[in-house]
Amino acid sequence: MKSRIITVDYLARVEGEGGLSIRIKDDKVVEAKLKIFEPPRFFEGFLRGRSFTEVPDITARICGICPVAYQMSSSHAMETACGVSVEGPLRDLRRLLYCGEWIESHALHIYMLHAPDFLGYQDAVQLAQDHPDVVNRGLQLKKVGNDIITLVGGREIHPINPRVGGFYKVPAKKELDTLTERLKWATEAALETIRWSATLPFPDYEQDYEFVALRHPDEYPLNDGRVVSNRGLDISAEEFLDHFEEEQVKHSTSLHARIKERGEYLVGPMARYSLNFDKLPAAAQEAAGEAGLGRVCTNPFKSIIVRGVETLFACLEAQRIIEAYQAPESPCVEVKPRAATGHWCTEAPRGLLYHRYQIDDNGDIKDARIIPPTSQNQKAIENDLSHFVGDNLHLSQDDLTWRCEQMVRNYDPCISCSCHFLKLDIERE
Amino acid sequence: MGEATSTVVVGIGNDYRGDDGVGLHVARLVGGMACEDLKVVEGIADGYSLLETWTESSSVFIIDCAVSGATPGRTYRFDALRETIPGDLFDGRSTHAISLVEAIGLARTLGRLPRRLVVFGIEGADFSSGLGLSPEVKRAARATADGIVDELQKTRMTG
Repeated sequence: MKSRIITVDYLARVEGEGGLSIRIKDDKVVEAKLKIFEPPRFFEGFLRGRSFTEVPDITARICGICPVAYQMSSSHAMETACGVSVEGPLRDLRRLLYCGEWIESHALHIYMLHAPDFLGYQDAVQLAQDHPDVVNRGLQLKKVGNDIITLVGGREIHPINPRVGGFYKVPAKKELDTLTERLKWATEAALETIRWSATLPFPDYEQDYEFVALRHPDEYPLNDGRVVSNRGLDISAEEFLDHFEEEQVKHSTSLHARIKERGEYLVGPMARYSLNFDKLPAAAQEAAGEAGLGRVCTNPFKSIIVRGVETLFACLEAQRIIEAYQAPESPCVEVKPRAATGHWCTEAPRGLLYHRYQIDDNGDIKDARIIPPTSQNQKAIENDLSHFVGDNLHLSQDDLTWRCEQMVRNYDPCISCSCHFLKLDIERE
Repeated sequence: MGEATSTVVVGIGNDYRGDDGVGLHVARLVGGMACEDLKVVEGIADGYSLLETWTESSSVFIIDCAVSGATPGRTYRFDALRETIPGDLFDGRSTHAISLVEAIGLARTLGRLPRRLVVFGIEGADFSSGLGLSPEVKRAARATADGIVDELQKTRMTG
């Protein structure tokens, strides 16, 4: 009998606190756990009783990397509850803001968190010693994303300008035009990112995932679309809880989501890309092809290339929006509260982000439900760990542990986002 | 990109966690007192963004709350181009971001340090939720801000 245990107490280069534990017995993986021990944050609980207008500001605090995602899903959900739709330049500005978040979040992950895994460095600071140009490119790309967020959102972290119905203040055309030159540089940098990431060494590992992402008839999804999968799912956000459920597991303070009928699934860049390749601009499709990606990507290690493709898309989309932009007469649409429930999904950098709110006639929140991408990906991460370790038992303990950490980082997990469920059951013996 | 000639004062911290906001407090005080053209920066997303705040600046002052266990209000001053800042002076623990000290190290590696980089740490006492500084920390913040303004004025007089 041969037993091995792989343990990483604290995962580095992920947002939040978690570890992993894998048990191997008789050369078979008997258990693979992504252990999330960050304390629950109870956001759904303390949203109760607050005004519907406060959700963008409160939920933005769930995450320092993807606050825009929370502001977008929450605002849209409230607008749906109140029977309001935000269209035209305001819709475009929201999309532009989201492009900024994708650029800064993807650049951070590609260059500072994920690249060191492929090149054998402990972190980006070490990486910079041998590859300063690579790290500089990443830092400058991230800055372009942050600059978009600052201009449209008011500040680079936890933006203060978005509100239910639109914005408090909209930029003038000439203000947005100041971003154009930097976005042209960022477009070239994103193309270089794709070319460079395609040269990294990738383990030979493919999985048959159920991909879940938004899909929109006219655009690569950010704020809007139906929830679809490659196994026939095609639903509105309103139907989300009819098809998805969450469950508690002992080793995680984050709930595990599953498709009721089938179980695990995957959200995030690989799912978006594989379900929406036809909606990417031609330049992004071409760059993906040159980097060796097909229309579908099933190797999670190659998610670093996919993030590069999405960064390119976001740079191109931001330029398109700025070029066509004409400032609206009003910075927001009036939203009057009514007793109702609103659901919405948007695409956070890490994947599908579902929000649901029930409000009363005064707009006070009676109930809230938030399902972030990392909750949805936990089962897929654990399955990937189990399969990968099972296929690579010949590797040394150090190499296998390194690969397992890399596997988790393929998903760019945001552990802090995932730990805010409402109920906490304490089991006592 | 033009020649870097400006001064930037960067306040680091969180206003809503008591003394952790002392860096922001000092930066605002300096911004209100200094007569020369300077940029006050707050709301830095992470250590990586810190490098970008001084891309076009020649003279940089950074103020953060120290958590070394020393007497509250104790103030540290480092010429970061010549002195080593103890890694445990500031709370930079993170699983995904880099600390102030690591950001300076990264800038050094990338050759992106400004011509002058001064870092102040003010020892905090109370980090519980809510606005406001402890009295001894507030006194130290005022003295630090006065000191920075003096430095700026002397620099201007000596060219």
